[in-house]
Amino acid sequence: MTMEFRKEFFADERDDNLNEIGKPTRRQDILGHVTGRSPYFDDHLFDGLLHIRCVRSPHHHARIRRIDIAEAQNMPGVVRVLVGRDVPRNLNTLLSLLDFGIDDEPLLAETKVAYKGEPVAAVIAETEAQARAAVARVRVDWDVRPHVLDVEEAIKPGAPVVCEVYPANKFIYHGKYDHQKLRYGDVEAAFARADHIVEGRYQMSPIEQAPIETCGAIAAPETNDRYVCYTSTQALFFSLGTAAKLLTMPSNRLHFIGGTVGGGFGGKVDSLHEPLAILGAMLTGRPCKFAWDREEEMQVGAPRGAERWYIKDGVMRDGRIVARKFTGYFDSGAYTRLSSYAIIKGVGHLPGPYTIPNVYADVYCVYTNRTPATAMRGFGITGVDFAIEAHMDKVADTVGMNPIDLRILNAYRDGDMKAHRREAKNTALIECCQVVAEKAGIGLQASSRAASSLRDGGGERARLPAHTAVDQKGTVTGIDTGGYARKGGASGRPAQPPSMPGYTMPAAASSTRPTAPSPARPAAAASSQSTAPPPPPADPANTGDRPRQGAMRFSSISGLRRR
Amino acid sequence: MAKTPIVFMLNGAERASFAEPGQNLLEFLRRGVGDLSPKYGCGQGTCGACTVTIDGETHLSCLTLAESVVGKRVQTAAGLAAGATLHPLQEAFMENFAAQCGYCTPGMLVSAKALLDRNPTPTREDVVEAISGNICRCTGYEPIIEAILAAAKGRARA
Amino acid sequence: MIQSVETHATLAEAQRAMGSDAIFMAGGTLVMRDVNAGVTATRIVRSSDPVLADIRLSGDGVTIGAGVTMATIAAHRDLAFLAPVARSVGGPQIRNMGTVGGNLFAPHPYGDFAVALLALGARVNVAGQSGAPRPLADVLRERGRVGIVASVHVPRPQAPGDFGFLKVSRIKPKGVSVLSVAAHLPRQGGRIRGARVAFGAMGPMPLQATAVERVLDGQALDASTIARAAQVAVEGLDPPTDALATAWYRREVAGVHLKRLLERMVRG
Repeated sequence: MTMEFRKEFFADERDDNLNEIGKPTRRQDILGHVTGRSPYFDDHLFDGLLHIRCVRSPHHHARIRRIDIAEAQNMPGVVRVLVGRDVPRNLNTLLSLLDFGIDDEPLLAETKVAYKGEPVAAVIAETEAQARAAVARVRVDWDVRPHVLDVEEAIKPGAPVVCEVYPANKFIYHGKYDHQKLRYGDVEAAFARADHIVEGRYQMSPIEQAPIETCGAIAAPETNDRYVCYTSTQALFFSLGTAAKLLTMPSNRLHFIGGTVGGGFGGKVDSLHEPLAILGAMLTGRPCKFAWDREEEMQVGAPRGAERWYIKDGVMRDGRIVARKFTGYFDSGAYTRLSSYAIIKGVGHLPGPYTIPNVYADVYCVYTNRTPATAMRGFGITGVDFAIEAHMDKVADTVGMNPIDLRILNAYRDGDMKAHRREAKNTALIECCQVVAEKAGIGLQASSRAASSLRDGGGERARLPAHTAVDQKGTVTGIDTGGYARKGGASGRPAQPPSMPGYTMPAAASSTRPTAPSPARPAAAASSQSTAPPPPPADPANTGDRPRQGAMRFSSISGLRRR
Repeated sequence: MAKTPIVFMLNGAERASFAEPGQNLLEFLRRGVGDLSPKYGCGQGTCGACTVTIDGETHLSCLTLAESVVGKRVQTAAGLAAGATLHPLQEAFMENFAAQCGYCTPGMLVSAKALLDRNPTPTREDVVEAISGNICRCTGYEPIIEAILAAAKGRARA
Repeated sequence: MIQSVETHATLAEAQRAMGSDAIFMAGGTLVMRDVNAGVTATRIVRSSDPVLADIRLSGDGVTIGAGVTMATIAAHRDLAFLAPVARSVGGPQIRNMGTVGGNLFAPHPYGDFAVALLALGARVNVAGQSGAPRPLADVLRERGRVGIVASVHVPRPQAPGDFGFLKVSRIKPKGVSVLSVAAHLPRQGGRIRGARVAFGAMGPMPLQATAVERVLDGQALDASTIARAAQVAVEGLDPPTDALATAWYRREVAGVHLKRLLERMVRG
């Protein structure tokens, strides 16, 4: 495969003495791949390995009256059948590791199930076949409840309550709003002045990552009262922290080995295999494997969450977009997992790579009785990007402009102020558009051909809006989100995180939060290619002469910075 | 339930182990014999990650009864290399970026080798058909096709 | 879960060994899926009877043992008229394993080879049953209680152009059928006599499109006949909705694909 390098762009910013960038290089793991020696989690042999299979809800939404494991327990080869009360701490939310969100999801459901496939019991047996046979003999007495599968239906009054932590089926942001807001300028005033109003509705279904390797983990007792755990996870430290919390075990008793993943694409970042495998090893004293089969991977495995977006643009007759309003709904499925963060990430991305002086967004993290959603390629971004770009074409059609000319006209340039109040740097949309047009043989206006990301930005375009219309719409009272969110981040001292047994936080961060100087990088610490929430980033204000202190706060999550 | 003794040839060497009734060849190779190169992707015969050859023909080991290989010659990806010397297909896969996560790779290599063993000068269509029973979620297949054609031409690089 | 696997030297013994707790396995491409999922009977019954691998040519056709694989058919120099059908089943590995007999019992949406056999007027020899072989249509209707199939007798088309097969799938070259269609249109004096047209994945099993057959009989295979045949393509059929396609979609496209097949047969 040949790659074409267009080195004439930004030539003076480039150092071409690099040894790796821009040159083909052999993957460091490909020898293992072609010899069949790359060690995926299942490529480890244990004598006396036990197999875990789950009993799963056939219903989208149901209360559990009774779980009868008596017959299953006596079946051939069955060593133990686990239910919710066997889990030391049977409630979690993934981002509690970053003190964001409220524990809402059990490892094994005890009182109700909120999605088809949710596990309520786990059979541990000598062989996989025996475990399957015993699963079929667990009797669950279900009280089937009405369910809701659409984001806008789920937020209507009277909709079934999916997740009891959030009775209105919406995640609560910053302890006070039932959605994430972005306010920049005044879109309503700009709509009144605009020559055209262009509206669109865009949506996508959940998308299953479908890696060839299914999710799984093998755990076994190890020396020094530790457990070793081989896992398919993409997020080793997240998985270790989650296991430590659910099993109320100090993390130094867990020895996690991963790093060889048979395809993840984001679908292996919120894995819950390790806690069950380790619990099995703890309770049986033997190695335990818990892995999904293909049907579970497709049905139960968390997909990229569905999204629905309404976009309304105010456009002048020359094609300039002067206002953009978003209403977005992320389908989190039955539990929060990473969807709350996906929205923060997505909102930081709005209104797309364009300089628009008035931007408004209300984005909801909605609970439905669908499979809980997670990350996938361009987590939190790709769905809204589809909506934005489809909408740009619609705007171009409305004003009678070539869609590429429209994009170049509205593209951000270096020095422009973006809606999340950061200056745009290293922009390159214009150059990408120009090369695409050239390759596709699409003729552009002279002004488009002459445009450059390095010119015409900043100045007036670098100024914050004189007036930003704010509101208290969607305020929620009486809900205690705990932790950091309760304090809203505006006051000096960050709240203490919920205590995790066996894990003590380092000394609290300094009570004076440093004011952030004009940052040299985008606010969202995660790059748009990241499929997993990144670890707490180095404080952008930490410019080397100021050492880090105390706990790292993932302050970007809430988007709150003091200016 | 009685286990069945299985004596067979694996990658040119005689091997023996016991299979549970109804156990599939994939599980038997991995856990009964210790050859971890064929992989579990679906257990339904759709993905091809478990591909092995039995008496020279490609088979899906997840859909093969372990005891059906008694006295037969089974080859897996682990048997492609001759000691430390890689098969030209393995070299070609490495040179042509024909693997990313690597999970489909053992099955792909077995299907590719079966093709080249019976047709040393395949067309591109022949290659596409030969790997049509192996799903890859990472590469988009082009690098794999190029690697197989390159190996057929006797060069590692396409 | 499986408690035992038995392999019997003759089909007759295998037939006697069957029972409500047993399942017969040939190539395994369908049965092993259920075995892996733990949703089968407790005994697997197999047979190594050589009759299962026989291919016997006769005056009017060929008798194919139920254990003959798709790959064997695709490579057999005397079975060129069936090769395109065999090559459309599964991928290379599946073709090395899947058998003629197994395809007769394949549940929706599988069974493309059986669709072709139905159009060709194939007849089935059931193990341990004397008398004339049974029409495939009867066997398909009684799939749950037929017994073990020993072989299938397939009439050979008089002219290669009399028989055509088309498989519609979303993924190529290997993909499961949205639908498949087979047509056997023997000609006498330029007119179709004894048309047989069968659809796969348009009902619970491969089914003849009798309305299409009535339109085609006695006609030349020309544009207006083809148009009229396409119009009645789904008459009498009740296609299912499944993960691959809705009933509506199948109804919409069945006539389109039938037309394409018939036009291809005209071109030769």
